[in-house]
Amino acid sequence: MTSSEIRHREPLDIATARVPRGQVYIIPERCKGCDFCIVFCPVDILVFSTDINAKGYHFPIVAHGKEDACTHCGFCDLLCPELAIYTEDLNALEQEAEGDTD
Amino acid sequence: MTQTVLTGEKKTDTHPVDALLRADRLPHILCPGCGIGTAMHCIVHAMAESGIDRDKHVCVSGIGCSGRVAGYIDVDSYHTTHGRAIPFAVGIAVQNPELAVTVVSGDGDLTAIGGNHLIHAARRNIDLNVICINNFNYGMTGGQAGPTTPLNAQSSTTPYGCWDRPFNLPHLAHAVGAPFVARWTVLHVRQLKDAILRAMQKPGFCFIEVISPCPTNYGKFNNIGSGLEEMESYRRRCVVDHDANLADIEIDLGQEDSPIVVGNFIDVDREPFRPILAGPVREEKPHAAWAGLRKTQFVEDKNGPE
Ligand SMILES: Cc1ncc(C[n+]2csc(CCOP(=O)(O)OP(=O)(O)O)c2C)c(N)n1
Ligand code: SF4
Ligand code: SF4
Ligand code: SF4
Ligand SMILES: [Mg+2]
Repeated sequence: MTSSEIRHREPLDIATARVPRGQVYIIPERCKGCDFCIVFCPVDILVFSTDINAKGYHFPIVAHGKEDACTHCGFCDLLCPELAIYTEDLNALEQEAEGDTD
Repeated sequence: MTQTVLTGEKKTDTHPVDALLRADRLPHILCPGCGIGTAMHCIVHAMAESGIDRDKHVCVSGIGCSGRVAGYIDVDSYHTTHGRAIPFAVGIAVQNPELAVTVVSGDGDLTAIGGNHLIHAARRNIDLNVICINNFNYGMTGGQAGPTTPLNAQSSTTPYGCWDRPFNLPHLAHAVGAPFVARWTVLHVRQLKDAILRAMQKPGFCFIEVISPCPTNYGKFNNIGSGLEEMESYRRRCVVDHDANLADIEIDLGQEDSPIVVGNFIDVDREPFRPILAGPVREEKPHAAWAGLRKTQFVEDKNGPE
């Protein structure tokens, strides 16, 4: 089995599992453009902005067409040395919001 | 249920763990691609998850880039003199056994000038969590070689390559009696955070080596172009082996085909140091389940009723 096959194997509970959806937050002024979050995002949704922050660094943004692809795995968050990126669990937020209106 | 339509990233100016940081001092002084910020991030998450009151956490650093960490974490923290983080921490831990005292410092600070304190605090099994950020050189002062600089590595003081054998830190810590010994890299953020959490809950001397990139100095002298490049080498080379024979896990950073062995190697029971006149040692805390860290949780922690 190649490593890409291993990476793309189908989980047994794929029909019933609900994949979390993440909202990505960026703090542009903290980013130093180290590239960690972009390279190590398991679903590869981040790219560098064309904009720069006050220190001249390009910071990550969500790639065009991948707005719905963040799984809220939290890896970019914990990996960022600058505490410049995090995500929130959208499913949980939506559920909370539903609960509020009841 | 209505599904929110996502439109991409949102920009903001605060992070959920800011409540445990002196966020007004961010961005910190560390270089782009330096791993110390990631180690600090893992420590802060572990503190938040530990179930130990913020008032009962103490963070002690020596001098060096790694030593800056105590200055950013907003618990009672001490930025001490070079090499003396452990003696300060021993005083705190022995005087007040209720505190969870975490020492965060560099390989130079803890194993060169501070090496004697390290071995004796471990031998006496003082209740400390010692997190040694190993970037294989003295980062802050310009990339001099130290006790962890790999054989043959270049540094500002070894232009013909380092001819001294480096410390194998987990092996050293185990040999002098530390009941918890782990090694992770800053790419292993979850495992690192969990190891720190375990150390915070376990009484006694817990030692964690954290392998971390220093692109500005170690990288520059050894042809490693960026922090990212070093992180990618951890991904290629690290082997998790909790049962490794510690004598065999010396790191040969320059040798691409030699593995970097990581894991939680030692976790045994040993009676912690307890001076006759002091109160009982800190009890082992139950493991707070991963609660999914959320902004509100931290803000409540910080501003909650006294
Ligand atoms: C008594 C004393 N000796 C030497 C120094 C100079 N000095 C400052 S930091 C440092 C070494 C830092 O190396 P390390 O602990 O590995 O931290 P890093 O910067 O690599 O994170 C040295 C030698 C000092 N500040 N005080
Ligand atoms: S949370 Fe995970 S999936 Fe989402 S952007 Fe970060 S690394 Fe990628
Ligand atoms: S990991 Fe952090 S500092 Fe590095 S590029 Fe991503 S947001 Fe910027
Ligand atoms: S000199 Fe090295 S250790 Fe110090 S901040 Fe820069 S990259 Fe990090
Ligand atoms: Mg160092």
